[in-house]
Order: sequence, then structure tokens, then C-alpha cells
Amino acid sequence: MVSVNKAIAFQPISPREILLQVSGINVYYGESHILRNVDITISNGQMVCLIGRNGVGKTTLLKTIMGLLKSRTGTISFAGESITGKSPDRRAKMGIGYVPQGREIIPRLTVEENLLLGFEALPKGRKGNEKISEEIFELFPVLKTMLWRMGGDLSGGQQQQLAIARALMAKPRLLVLDEPTEGIQPSIILEIEAAVRRIVQTTGISVLLVEQHLHFVRQADRYYAMQKGGIVASGATSELSQDVIQKFLAV
Amino acid sequence: MVEFLNVIFSGISIGSVLLIAALGLAVVFGLMGVINMAHGELIMLGAYTTFVVQNVFKGLGSPLSETYIILAIPMAFLVTALVGLLLEKGVVRFLYGRPLETLLATWGVSLILQQFVRSVNWVLVIGITLFCLLFFGAWWVVSRRPDFDRIRNLFFTIMLPLSAAISAVVGVVLAQTYKLAVTQPWFGAQNVNVTAPKWLQGGLNIGDLRLPYTRLFIIFLTILCVAGIYYFFQRTAWGLRIRAVTQNRSMSSCLGIPTQKVDALTFALGSGLAGVAGCAISLLGSVGPNTGQNYIVDTFMVVVVGGVGKLVGSIVAALAIGTVSYIIGSNALAPLLSPIPPLADFFGFFATTSMAKVMVFALIIVFLQVRPAGLFPQKGRTVDA
Ligand SMILES: Nc1ncnc2c1ncn2[C@@H]1O[C@H](COP(=O)(O)OP(=O)(O)OP(=O)(O)O)[C@@H](O)[C@H]1O
Ligand SMILES: [Mg+2]
Repeated sequence: MVSVNKAIAFQPISPREILLQVSGINVYYGESHILRNVDITISNGQMVCLIGRNGVGKTTLLKTIMGLLKSRTGTISFAGESITGKSPDRRAKMGIGYVPQGREIIPRLTVEENLLLGFEALPKGRKGNEKISEEIFELFPVLKTMLWRMGGDLSGGQQQQLAIARALMAKPRLLVLDEPTEGIQPSIILEIEAAVRRIVQTTGISVLLVEQHLHFVRQADRYYAMQKGGIVASGATSELSQDVIQKFLAV
Repeated sequence: MVEFLNVIFSGISIGSVLLIAALGLAVVFGLMGVINMAHGELIMLGAYTTFVVQNVFKGLGSPLSETYIILAIPMAFLVTALVGLLLEKGVVRFLYGRPLETLLATWGVSLILQQFVRSVNWVLVIGITLFCLLFFGAWWVVSRRPDFDRIRNLFFTIMLPLSAAISAVVGVVLAQTYKLAVTQPWFGAQNVNVTAPKWLQGGLNIGDLRLPYTRLFIIFLTILCVAGIYYFFQRTAWGLRIRAVTQNRSMSSCLGIPTQKVDALTFALGSGLAGVAGCAISLLGSVGPNTGQNYIVDTFMVVVVGGVGKLVGSIVAALAIGTVSYIIGSNALAPLLSPIPPLADFFGFFATTSMAKVMVFALIIVFLQVRPAGLFPQKGRTVDA
């Protein structure tokens, strides 16, 4: 199965297949220039990993893709449509599922309510009669046992699983994951990795992943390496050299 | 025993007025963090709406005119919700995250609303309607042009004075032609009276205790509102959206929730509840342009004591403040305290409505020293999340 994905990645990217295209964006926090002329391309069904040391601007890039931050220059297009001026909720409805760093579970809603909120990304929003599909619980069995717990009372690892499940509810075309394994114990990391692998294999959705763990990075088809707010290297993950790993991963 | 029941009933009764007046504020202030100084004026508008509905029903004759209150409640809700919606779209929306500016702006709006009910007449209404039709009509037409962004400033410099001038001229001409018939204020500066329908006059006698029907009606209405809000927040899709946005605005929007719509809806809901409160208080006495001001302080006390963002807190706080005000104001403790003359004198001194308020204020300040976050602060892991 993995080899199938690799095969797709090595084909030359034809414009028709491009799902997300970020071109020349510059983002500022106040006057400090954070992202400098960033270009990123993700094709349909591709898993792309973004690596880089702490504070280089990875989260900033994902927030800009989501629409939480505005870029001063540059354009972003998704599924052939420009989304540069669109609000985050419109982007979510177009099919971008976001799992932010720090997970951002709504604390005083139950796990079930948090999951149901995932349906808001359906084109017409949540109607109220949607059912949480069994596949979600197969991916993350632990969630089924705590549907009535408050989201804020879950452990970090459980919250991470909940955040991923929530982003999957409306079947997005692109899943954006920001350090899903940060601060989580090794056994849960493996579970999350396996879940992401299964999602990619069974649904064929595209993934944009920010990650520090090498074995998780290696699951991706392509990588982009960031330094001081700019993309400084990219290529197939199978060709990740020891040099690049040393330079851009905090391991 | 009767004395005790009396205290309970009066406490609940005062508390329910406080609560119904504070509910809308609790929704807006508690859930959105926006301090709406015009909340009192929205209550006042609700009361005036009730007055208008009553007068319209008077024309219908006896049996039907006694039912005006049934229609007045939803009407008051709709009118004030609409005004609240305009307030959010026109003012508050631009000030989210800037509490001081919001405070000032909504205070300004409260003054405008007070003056509006004093001087509203046909000329004013026709003028404003005409202006809105001209200006926003033109806006709607022009904004469909592809080059709207470029000509935006030009549009404002031309259309704003133009529509204002046309409306003003029409107003003056109307006033000249029809004189008093159109320039007479509808309500004027003096208070207006809403008379409770016949079936709400009188009261229930239980032994020595007399429970006025209007009070019972307000208690019932308050319970209805609380239950309605609870259902709305807990069981409906929009309720869930509001709760989500309240707790984490940016993540909610990333999930696909249209946060601006949620803001507008929440504000309209809170304003509509103010209208229902206005309907209720119009049954208790005459209402005037300044009525809202009497309530804004009380409602803030309820929200602050209850703890921001918790409806339960507002309920308990309203009942507690109501009961304490009544006990102090009516000197209900006097028989208990009579063996200790200094204490009895002390409480006797505070046994008037206004002095009781002073005492309640002092107690609230002391209370907030002990529990700065109110009765029901958010606790547990969820606080730092
Ligand atoms: N709200 C903010 N205001 C000002 N500067 C910020 C803000 N958020 C982030 N920054 C700065 O922007 C830069 C990039 O931050 P960002 O969060 O994108 O880094 P990151 O690559 O995601 O790091 P990490 O691996 O630690 O998550 C940092 O130098 C940070 O200090
Ligand atoms: Mg980050």
C-alpha cells in the first residue's frame, strides 16, 4: 500500500492534480517578518511533511493556509479556487480539516459535542441529524468510551485523537496536522501514526504534516524544510539525507 | 411561618424581575464578553412595544383586548431583537476585543434610544425610513458593480449627504403641510402606563399571604425564558455553535462555524430577552424613557455576582440579591433582632428601598473580595485550556 503512494509522488505533478498551491506568501506579526516568499504545492492524495526547528514559522504557515493569519502578499489556492481572501470557516467548508498545535479542543463541551462540531465543515453546516460514523471509533477506540466526558478533562493524547477525529468528521480533502505527536507518550504516538497511515490509505485524502519524529516524517511522500521563515529544501522523503535530518529535525 | 413564606415569595418575586432583566445581559456579556450599556434601553423598548400592542388591542374591544399580553411578549422579543441586530451589525461588530470602546459606544446608543422614544413622531420615522431606503438601496445597487471597491469613497461622499438632504427636505415639507398631526411625539417625555389585563389583576390569597397575579405571571415568564434558553443552548445546532464560539473563537471558525453569524445571533437573542423583560416590568408600574437606567445597574450586579458565562450563576445570584434586598428593605429581621437594640437600630436604618440598595451594594463588594470570579467560577482543567 505504501508503495502505491510513493508511486504517485514520483509522477510529475500535472496542474490538474494540484490540491493546494501556496505561492509567494509573506506574513508578518506586527512588524516582524515571519514568512518570507513561501511556496508549497500539495497534490491530490499526497502526504507532505513540513520540517524545521522550533520557531521557524511552521505553525504560522499552517495558520495562514487556514485563514487565521493574513498574508501581505502572495496567493493561496485550493482545489483550483483562490482562497486568499476567504475566512477560515469558508476554507473549512471547502474541505480543509485542521488539527492545530495544542489541539484546541473546546474544553467545556463533551467529547461527543466536539465531534459533532466537526460536521460544521459540511458545505451547508451541521443540520443536527448527522451520526458519528463507526469508522471514527475504529480509528480511535478510546473516544467511544468517553463520549460524555468534558473535552477539557481528557489527557493530552486523548485530546489529540479527538482533534484528529473531529477534523475528519466532514471528510475533508486536505488534512492539516500541526505536531500531532508533541508531548505525547510513545505508545500513543504509534497509535496516532497508525491512524494517520490508515486514513491516508483508505480515504486517499491529502495530508500536510508538521512533525519532529523521524519515523513519522518518513511516512510522507514529500518534505519541505523551513529555516527562518523560508523554504530552504524540499524533495522526496525517501531521499532524506542524514545531513537534512541533522539540520532540520530536533532529534 | 407566614412571615417566612412572605420573605420567600417576595425574594423570588424581586429575584425573578432581576433575573429576567439580567438574562439577556448574561447571554451577551457572559458568552461574548461584550458589555452592552444599552441593555437597559432595550428593556425600555420592550416595555414601549407592550404599550403599543396594548393600545392596538384596545381598538379590538373587550374580550380580545384582554389577551394583548400574549402577543406583546413575542412582539417585544422581535422588536428588540431586531434593534439588537442593528446595534451589532452597525456598532458592536467593529469593537470586538475592545471593551472600553464598546462600553462608550453602547452608552452613546443608550442615550440615542432614550431620546428617540421621547421625540419619535411620524416625521422622524418617515425621514429615517426614507434615508435608509435611499442610502442602502443605492448601496445595494452599486455594490453589485465589479469596480465597487474603487468607487466606494466616491459613493459615500455623494450618497450620504444626498440621501440625508432628501430625507430632511421631505421631513420639513411633511411637517409644514400636516403640522401637528405628524410632528406630535408618539410617546413624549412623560411616562406611559400599561394596565395589566383583567385576568392578571388581583391576587391569590393563602392565609394572610397575598400573591399578586402579575408577580406570579412574571415568575412564570422568567421560568419559561430560562427553560427556553437552556433548551436552545443545549439542544439546538445554533446553541452548540454559540457555546463553541464562546469558548474558542478561532478554532470554531476553523471547524467551519460562521462566527460573525453566531455573534449577530447571540446579540439578537440577548436583546430579544431584554424585550421580554421590558414586557414583564411594564406590568409592575409606569414606564418612561429612563426606565432602562434603573435596571442596568441591577442587572450588572446579577451577572457579576453570578459569574460570567454561567446561567446557573445568574439564577442563583438574582434570587439571592432579590431575597436579601427584600429582607433588608422591609426590615424583616426586626423581630429576631429586637433583643439586641444596637443591631436592630442598625438594620432599621437601612430599611428603605434606597438604603437597602446601598447595603446590597456593600455586601456585593465584600462578596467579590472573597470570590472575585462570582458564585460559579470556571474551574478544573478547562480554565487554562
Ligand atoms: N502571536 C504572535 N505574535 C508575535 N510573534 C509570534 C506570534 N506567534 C508566533 N510568533 C513568532 O513567529 C515565529 C514563528 O512561530 P511559529 O509558531 O510559526 O513557529 P513554529 O515553527 O511552529 O515553532 P514550534 O516548532 O515551536 O511550534 C516565532 O519566532 C514566534 O516567536
Ligand atoms: Mg508550531
